[in-house]
Amino acid sequence: MSVLHFDCKFRYPTGFSLNYKFAISGGVTALVGPSGSGKTTVLNLIAGLLTPSSGKISLADQTLFDSTASVNLPPERREIGYVFQDYQLFPHLTVRDNLRYGQRRTTRATAPLDRIVGILELADVLDRFPASLSGGQKQRVAVGRAMLRGPKLLLMDEPLAALDSALRASVASALARVIEEFQVPTILVSHDQESIGWLAHETLTME
Amino acid sequence: MLTAAEWEAIRLTLLVAATAVVASLPFAIALGWLLAKRNFPGKFLVETAINLPLVLPPVVTGYLLLVTFGRNGPFGTFLEDRLGIRFVFNWKGAALASAVVAFPLLVRPIRLAFSAVDDRLIHAARTLGAGPWDAFRSIVLPLARPGIASGSILGFARSMGEFGATIMIAGNIPGATRTVPLLIYSELDSPGGMQHAVPLVVASVVIAAIALWVGELLDRYGSRRLRGAGA
Repeated sequence: MSVLHFDCKFRYPTGFSLNYKFAISGGVTALVGPSGSGKTTVLNLIAGLLTPSSGKISLADQTLFDSTASVNLPPERREIGYVFQDYQLFPHLTVRDNLRYGQRRTTRATAPLDRIVGILELADVLDRFPASLSGGQKQRVAVGRAMLRGPKLLLMDEPLAALDSALRASVASALARVIEEFQVPTILVSHDQESIGWLAHETLTME
Repeated sequence: MLTAAEWEAIRLTLLVAATAVVASLPFAIALGWLLAKRNFPGKFLVETAINLPLVLPPVVTGYLLLVTFGRNGPFGTFLEDRLGIRFVFNWKGAALASAVVAFPLLVRPIRLAFSAVDDRLIHAARTLGAGPWDAFRSIVLPLARPGIASGSILGFARSMGEFGATIMIAGNIPGATRTVPLLIYSELDSPGGMQHAVPLVVASVVIAAIALWVGELLDRYGSRRLRGAGA
């Protein structure tokens, strides 16, 4: 049985159409393809930040979007963790408050804050603001924040793209630890299969 | 030293300016958000209507307010008959005139502050379980706070100096609607008025300067927070 079923058509304002279909059954799936192939659009459609022109998206036993049944759950009801390419940490909140933002807004059981902080090695920066963090720290906060939402699915957009090669290894191993520890089905998007391929159980390619 | 009448004018001016800002702030925030983040038919007309008091002679604004909110005006009749709110020859009329004239100055910094909030932060909040209102309250409003503070200070300062529209709708009644600008005008019209007006002129300059300094401090504090310099 698939965890995520995605079969959607999306028309960009420019007129270009994206038509993509896939299913994942759990584990870590890499979604790779060149820039402009629509990888981030797929993540945004799954998260509910964009609305497909037609089609269906279901997660576990819940329909997120169904054009024929007029179902379109808003992002806050989709129980999906999303790690954005440029982190999108809230600049006016400390790391601690960023991490707790989603946790405070879910009724689902989530991992304890201390556990996430320990795995992602964030204990020393909890009272700092995002602007004072390094790229690697920001990425780890973004991952922790998404995980503390207690998601049924984790989406990560180019998780290593903005990091230099020295940081990539440490952030990648932190990602691997989180994914291993919490066993959340994950979709990783990258234009570079080599950088994330080793994390993935399955690879999907977009042209 | 200030006389009792001058202290009363200062008290009334502060009351009028504070009421004007507090009463119009929710509308300024709502319109600032709409203009910054939404496209809708007639947006240009709304922008024009908001900014019109900036370029209209205040006396014309006052005339329009008198026609609309006067005892025989469409809103004036309704508000007085149903809610007991009267604007003509009343300090509330002075507050209304100040609010309308200062409104463009209130909306502009708020709109700019909302424009500067990255939509992707709102998207992040939504994926973390925040509904639209929750995301606005917890992310957008705090990030726009320096702009809201700047707009409020500018609106307050402008309200304190309002004259033309105020005298049209509220008149120049000592102790009731005579704000500082109206008292200065009245004193200049009396023998030795140039000297009598000096303390009020000085007080006006001091109050306006303090308002601008407070605005600047709030702006710096807000900017420093957003740069991550600490709470």
